[in-house]
Amino acid sequence: MDALSEAFRLIITLDADLFEILWLSIRVSLSALAISAVIGLPLGTWLAIAKFPGRKFFILLLNALMGMPPVVVGLIVYLLLSRSGPLGWLGLLYTPSAMIIAQVVLITPIIAALSNQVIEHLHQEYSDTFYSMGITGSRALMAYLVDARYALTTCILAGFGRAIAEVGAVIIVGGNIDHLTRVMTTAIALETSKGNLTLALGLGVVLLTLSLLVNALVIGVREYAAKRQYA
Amino acid sequence: MKHLIISVALAFSAHTLADTIIVQSTTSTQNSGLYDYLLPLLEKDTGIMGTGIKVNVVAVGTGQAIKNARRCDGDVLLVHAKSAEEKFVADGYGDYRRDLMYNDFVIIGPKADPANLAGARDVIDALQRIKQAGAKFASRGDDSGTHKKERSLWQAAAIDPGAGSGQWYLETGSGMGATLNTGVSLGAYVLTDRATWIAFANKQDADILFEGNPALFNQYGVIPVSAEKCPNVNREAAETFAQWLLSDAGQAAIRAYQVDGKQLFFPNAD
Amino acid sequence: MPNALLPICISDLGLIKGDRPVLQGVNLRINEPGITVVMGPNGAGKTMFLRCLHGLITPDQGLITLGSLTVAGSRDEQAMVFQQPVLLRRTVLQNLAFAAPWIAKTDPRRLIQALESVNLDDRADQPARMLSGGEQQRLALARALLSEPALLLLDEATASLDPASVLLIESLVKVQSARGAKVILVSHDQSQARRLADEIVFISNGRVAEQSPADQFFTAPQTPMAKAYLAGEILF
Repeated sequence: MDALSEAFRLIITLDADLFEILWLSIRVSLSALAISAVIGLPLGTWLAIAKFPGRKFFILLLNALMGMPPVVVGLIVYLLLSRSGPLGWLGLLYTPSAMIIAQVVLITPIIAALSNQVIEHLHQEYSDTFYSMGITGSRALMAYLVDARYALTTCILAGFGRAIAEVGAVIIVGGNIDHLTRVMTTAIALETSKGNLTLALGLGVVLLTLSLLVNALVIGVREYAAKRQYA
Repeated sequence: MKHLIISVALAFSAHTLADTIIVQSTTSTQNSGLYDYLLPLLEKDTGIMGTGIKVNVVAVGTGQAIKNARRCDGDVLLVHAKSAEEKFVADGYGDYRRDLMYNDFVIIGPKADPANLAGARDVIDALQRIKQAGAKFASRGDDSGTHKKERSLWQAAAIDPGAGSGQWYLETGSGMGATLNTGVSLGAYVLTDRATWIAFANKQDADILFEGNPALFNQYGVIPVSAEKCPNVNREAAETFAQWLLSDAGQAAIRAYQVDGKQLFFPNAD
Repeated sequence: MPNALLPICISDLGLIKGDRPVLQGVNLRINEPGITVVMGPNGAGKTMFLRCLHGLITPDQGLITLGSLTVAGSRDEQAMVFQQPVLLRRTVLQNLAFAAPWIAKTDPRRLIQALESVNLDDRADQPARMLSGGEQQRLALARALLSEPALLLLDEATASLDPASVLLIESLVKVQSARGAKVILVSHDQSQARRLADEIVFISNGRVAEQSPADQFFTAPQTPMAKAYLAGEILF
């Protein structure tokens, strides 16, 4: 209850720090999502419709990567971006970009693996017709992406949910630096470690509210699709 | 795709390239709110001198901070484990190490004080009482400065707490705050620096039960990372930062910082 | 103009599914244009036969040629309508545009005409999958005809549709035949076969049991199997 009123207080007083942190969370996760979708959706689709040896293994690998602990992703990206690492010259460690990269690594397999399942399902329905119509290659790939658009929103949502909610990766590569790389989850971790449990929980409620809004939006989109038999 | 990532990256990092330094820091200085108080003063003071710098603090345990700095992922090290710091400088990663400030460690625990630390002669006796009473003790277990200190104290008390790990000796492997949360919830004793404890908001039924022993002295040091080992460091800005902390203005600011009317850190730059 | 995909020659066609032969030693030669109706009991291999012809299945043995072309080489000249129409999750008009983007680009009016031909012009902007079963199949046929195929294959395309849709589809099939396209149609419906067929191919147990002109097949079937089938004694 205290947490709820704390969350309410933070929101109605337009707490500047809260909105800075919230906005960075959204900015980082949306950027990561955009990049991951551009990579993951075509990859998942291609793996659903292409035929080549090792395809099953590739899909298995994606599914395994889906369960990769964020801390491990964070550690790998940290070692890459560290000034003494191979990409250290980019100077990206402890910046929002590093957090975006870590989240891309984290959620691209999720988006690819989930979209792979969606498209495989659709492929069973469409493959004979597409073959008959001579639709192959990139035209088929695009057609699957377009026709599965509403089902794919769920895959993208899953990716966004994972990105916005994870703390293990971004705290390692972002460093939880105030006014630079502090996002909702790392702020919650910090407030918890300061013993400000009510504030931490209040931030959690704000994050939950955001998640609810996004989910409601997606459910709305899916209802629209179902009404038109597009789902 | 590569171009997209790089351009996104550049868009975000552009404003951090100028006079920005990264401080690899222990957590107590952050969790107690010291940086929130100091950094605006520093930016104002050094700004007047025409070399305004932006300080980004990465607060992890002392052990982690030193490891990160060894990978060149920091311009300044601000931690509290003197022998590890001296080794860092001896290995060439730091140009010098200066004492910055001190406070002390305390042992907190449930007010009922089942191990009767109130009657302890010294910290060695206090630890032995905890062991003998079969009371719980929550340890950082993360190679942080506080953890290093705690291990040296157990050693001095001729107790191997590792033998009771998971039973009465609980290694959280986490930061000070998380360990305090765990300790307070379990009614365990915890060794903590005083600053973190004073600023800690989830004290519940716990209180300081042992304090004021010379062995619990907690010295903080500051080290600019060597530009020879790490050519990418912003050595100049790091020097400005360190020198300001060590200057009269910086020391006065440290002295002036209070939480609940209590001074948390005591400047002692040499 | 003679149909380039004729004659269709099928020799010693064999197909095994699992460990069961579904087609064995199928030999068939279709010389004439017009409408060939493939009939036979359930599970006789009619659909598999059609799918081999279209290239959806590669047979385990045998050879198929269409005119001077192979199955793969004739793919652009073929079109197929399936028992279950599969429409894209888009509007009616977009379904046609997707099938023939070159027409959508150069002569979009032709798409509207195609819709008019199947009585769907007033549904152009509706989601295709909201149409009734009969409407969906009419759209699938209009889509298949956009490329003006030389060979049109229909697999039970009118099974369980409303009578109006059945008649409309049949009339369009006849128009295609009159235009010079070869039509091969798998059907269970004897009255439909009587209405449409110029020629009947009767398949039973994975073999061609009989190939006759339609009149002859219905009045004097050559094989006991066909006789029994026409008498309604063989259902499966």
